[in-house]
Parts: sequence; C-alpha cells; structure tokens
Amino acid sequence: MSRTTPKSNVLAAPEVRLAVIAVGVFVLMAALSPERFLSMQNMTSMAFQFPEFAILALAMTVTMLTGGIDLSVVGVSNLSAVVAATILTRFVDPGLTGAGMYLWLGIAAAASLVVGMIAGFVNGIAVAIFGLPPILATLGSGLVFTGFAVALTDGSAVMGFPVGVAWLGNEKLLGIPVPLYLFAILALLISFLLTRTSFGFKIRMFGANPLAAQFAALDINKLLIKVYVLSGGLSAMAGMLIMSRANSAKADYGSSYLLLAVLIAVLGGVNPYGGYGKIIGVVLAVLSMQFLSSGLNMLQVSNFARELIWGLLLIVVMIINTRNSFRIRRAKRTVLKT
Amino acid sequence: MRKLLTKEFLTRNETLVAIVIIGFCIVASIADANFLSIPTLTDLMRGGIVLGIFAVAAMVVLISGGIDVSFTAVGVFAMYTTTLFLITYAPNLPWYLAFLIAMTIGAILGAINGVLIAGFGLPTLIVTLGTLSIYRGFLLTFVGSRLISNLPPEMRSFSRLMVVRGTNSDGSFYSLPWAFAALVLVVVLTWFILHKTMLGRAIFAIGGSVESARRIGINVRGIQFFIYVYVGILSGLAGIIHASMSRVANPFDLVGLELSVIAAVVLGGARLIGGVGTLTGTLLGVSLIILVRNSLIVVGIPSTWQSVAIGSLILLGTGLPAWQAKRAAARAA
Repeated sequence: MSRTTPKSNVLAAPEVRLAVIAVGVFVLMAALSPERFLSMQNMTSMAFQFPEFAILALAMTVTMLTGGIDLSVVGVSNLSAVVAATILTRFVDPGLTGAGMYLWLGIAAAASLVVGMIAGFVNGIAVAIFGLPPILATLGSGLVFTGFAVALTDGSAVMGFPVGVAWLGNEKLLGIPVPLYLFAILALLISFLLTRTSFGFKIRMFGANPLAAQFAALDINKLLIKVYVLSGGLSAMAGMLIMSRANSAKADYGSSYLLLAVLIAVLGGVNPYGGYGKIIGVVLAVLSMQFLSSGLNMLQVSNFARELIWGLLLIVVMIINTRNSFRIRRAKRTVLKT
Repeated sequence: MRKLLTKEFLTRNETLVAIVIIGFCIVASIADANFLSIPTLTDLMRGGIVLGIFAVAAMVVLISGGIDVSFTAVGVFAMYTTTLFLITYAPNLPWYLAFLIAMTIGAILGAINGVLIAGFGLPTLIVTLGTLSIYRGFLLTFVGSRLISNLPPEMRSFSRLMVVRGTNSDGSFYSLPWAFAALVLVVVLTWFILHKTMLGRAIFAIGGSVESARRIGINVRGIQFFIYVYVGILSGLAGIIHASMSRVANPFDLVGLELSVIAAVVLGGARLIGGVGTLTGTLLGVSLIILVRNSLIVVGIPSTWQSVAIGSLILLGTGLPAWQAKRAAARAA
C-alpha cells in the first residue's frame, strides 16, 4: 500500500491537511474562550502536559513504520519509572542535595533507560527471531512488564524522591518548560534518524515491502530489534517524565496513553501497515490533540466526552486518508486504461 | 509468510494449553487438597460465562483475519442502557425481552463497526480502538456514569435461576446459574455457523485470503458486516448477563478486559493473520486465564504476579507455534 501523493495537489499530503486541522482547532478554541485559551498560563500548562504522551507516540511511530505496533509502551514506561523510583527511594536519602544527588539521579536515569531498552530488546527478539505478530508480542510483554512493576511495588505508588527529580517535569528553562525541550530534541533526533540515515531508509523500505527488503539482503532481524529497542528507550524517557511530573511512580500510571499514542500516530498520517510516516505529522497531531483537549477542558467538557471526541477524530481522519488514497489509485487505474 | 500452519501446529497449541491446565490442577491439588472440588469447578464455569461469550465473539473476528477491541465497550453500553431503560420505563419487563433489547443495541453498535470496516475498508484494529472510546465516551457522557445497584426485579430473578445448588462439607455454598446455558447456546450456535453453513466457510475463506475469497465469488463486504453485527449481538448478551449476575450495572465495568479475552483466544490457537481458530481451543484458553486469575495463589504464586503469569503464557503460547512455523518455513525454503 504505497501512499505516493502527486506533488501538484498540496492538500493531498496528510501533513498539510493536519496542519490545517491544527490551526483550525487552535483558532476555534481561541474564538470560543479567548481570554483563557490564549493566556500565557494555558500555553505553559499545555507545554507541560503533552510531551509525555507525545514521546510515547514517537515510540509508537517508529514501530508502525515497520508495519508493526508497540502495545507495551505504557508498560515499559511504568516499569522503567518504577525501577528508577525504587533506586531513588531505597538507596538515597530524600534530603540529599548537591553532587551526591546528581550522581544518584544519573544512576537512576541510566538504569531506567537500560530497563526500557532491555524491554524493547525482548520485544524485538519476540518479533524478529520468534516471528510473533507484533500485536501479540507486545500485548503479552506489556502485561509482563506491568506485572513486574506491580510486583516490585505491590501495586502502590513509590514516592519520596530527592528534590532534583521534579526538575525534569516541572521547571522552566528560559521561560520554556523543560519537558518541551526534551520532546523537541527527541522529535528532531528521530526525524533525523528516519530521513537522513540508512537506518531510517531501511525502516521505511522494510515497512513498505518486507519481502522486497528481504531480497535486498537487509538484515531484517537486526533492523527490527533495533527498532523495538529504540521504542523501548523512548518509552523509558516518557516514563521518567511522568515520574518527575507526578513526583511518584506507579505500575498503572497513564493507562489511557496507549490508545492516545496509537491515535496520534495514525492521526499524524503514519500508515499502520508500515512504510509511510513523517515526524512533522506526528508533531502536528500532538498539537491538534492538545489544543482540542485543553480547549474542551476550558469549556468544561467532561473527560468522557473528550474520549468520545478523540475516537471520532481518529475515525474521521482515517476515512479521509483512505478516501484520498482510493481516489489516487482509481485515477492511476484510469490513466493505465487509456 | 506463515503459510505452513498445518493442523499439527493447531492441535499442538490446544494440547499445550490442555497440558498446562492439567499441570496447574495437579500442582494446585497437591498444594491444597480442597482444590479439586465442585466449588472450584462451578467458580470456573461461572467465571467463564461472560469471558467465554466475549471470547467466542473475538474468535470469530480473528478467524476472519480482523481484530476487535471494542466488544467490551459494546457490552457495557448495551448493558447499562438496557438497565437504565428498564428501570425508568418498564421495570417489570420479562428478562428475555431485556436480553433482546441489549442484543439489539449490541447489533446496532456492531453494525457501526461493520460499516466502517466493510464499507470504508479501514484497518480493523484502528477502527475498533476508535469505536471503543466513542462508545464508552458516549455512554459516560450522554447516558450516565452513575452506578445502578437496584436492578429491575426480572434481571435479579434471572441470576437466581440455578441449575445446581449445594452446600459443601465445610458449610460453604456452591451453585451454577442457568446463565451458563447462554454460553453453551452461544458455543453451539457459533459452531453451527462456522462449520455447518456456507457463511462459516466464507468466514474462514476471508481469513485465509481476502483476495482469493473475492475471486471465488464470496461477498467479502457482506460477510464482514455480518461478523461485526454478530460480535455486537454476543457482546450485548455478555454485557447484560454480566450485569444480572453481578447484580449491579456499573458503566465503568468490562472495558479493560478486551486484551485478556483476546489473549485467551490466541492462547487457544487462533491466529491473528486469520483463517485459524477453534471453539475447543478458545474455551481451553478461557479456562486457563480464569484458573490463573482465581487460583494462582493456590500454587504458591502471590497474586501480584498475576499479570506476569498471563503475559508470559501469551508469549509462550503464541511464541512456540510461531517459532516452529518459522523454522518449518526456513527448512522448506
């Protein structure tokens, strides 16, 4: 299923359509409650909110590009956060400051990243070596990771960290929230990886046509393992961000983020069958979702209605996307006939 | 890719689950002499009613090569809306009419899935993820989010209809409600549809290869539409049975169960790529999941490890056959 869009029709690119949606939602929300939606306070609170699930959406995107999916992202992020939190509460006195604290923060962050990457490695092995369908592999492993997090904590929240933990999720640097920097750096990095390196090229090649990639002598197993390790590492970073913002870690935080991450990736024009997707699309999708979510919050729409609207948005965007590719295919067919 | 999934692997998967179940029971009965008893069995059967009906529904979708994660939302929507309707307008409606209403609501929601999947040709996972949040969001926003604990009398009396009822030597009670017959009916009906009708052959054919099915003249869209409506009906039934058995209509219930149900079906040997799946396997998978849930503690594993156990079972139960198939394919190549 290739989604090559003719250059002449700018509106046919999902990213352009998405940019229109993002701006449209922004203008609509600004018009509905200008003094509150456009306030500085709202802007910063939005910038604090979205990076955590946006990073999970990046993780989802890289796996979707290979035609897979990672349903374990939330499990991985909670497990790695719980590991970091356990280190910080078992070995560190909450009153610790200065160099000692930064050392322990570094150790905890490294441990959580390693846990995330190991989890991703497990997924990669299951998908690549054992040939499990990604949905099942990550569904099963997600349960295992969540289970380990529950077993480590007995299901309760771990808290009581040194003060430095809160910096990542709650502070501002030059007037801009720190989480936003983290997301921006990761998005640029992944975008670079996908468009400017042979790794990214191979990912898209494999996603577009696995058989062709195999005949082109790609080391598919290595490629898939790398992709899932990357996804695991990104999930771990989202986990640390969630931990910092909540100033605690728990096995069942952010359970609604799984649907949201899939939704954002698909909304961002990533083809769930693999092969097509751009990070700019994902970023635009994240912004649309956050504008919509904050705006609805201001209009005092309940969380449940938000869930309803997200679902509707997902379906409508999917319909528009496939309608377009249908039309292009039909156009091609008629060209061939004449 | 995994076209070498012959009957051997399939039977192996089912026997694997059966062996795990038997092994589990042996260990459990050594650890606790009271484990092998009628109450354990009736607990298992009672727990299997709702999960089993959902699993049969999920299996039909998997056989057709799709995946449905919205069935729990359909179930809870049908259950809560029906209960609310009964309480407000017709408190004395007989239970079978209440069931009919729930199944009709389920059919309508299933038809929405069907239109999106068969009509627009959207990927099944994405559509049902979307409708999952739409149905649940709609229910909680517009229908209600309040727990209904005083169920209509007819629904309560349905849950009191028992096949057997008794007291153990230690004074505890056991019972098997008639609701279990619903699961039996669903299994028999689904078996009939899948194996004794052209419709069933068409469902398997679509799961095997959509393109081939189309070329031999199967109305792929029509069959797909039927599948999602059928799943909706079963989900509505499971939902209303769940409410009458737990004697409360909780709009926050059921959703979140979908992945365990799919896990049970997959453990039983159904394949995500479609075309493969048996009722025996599905019911074995459901039994295993319920055993792990109810009795993990009996074999000495703390219940905090429950999801690790279920997750590992999924990875093992699906990984082993997938790996064998991959090796067989490599050998053939």
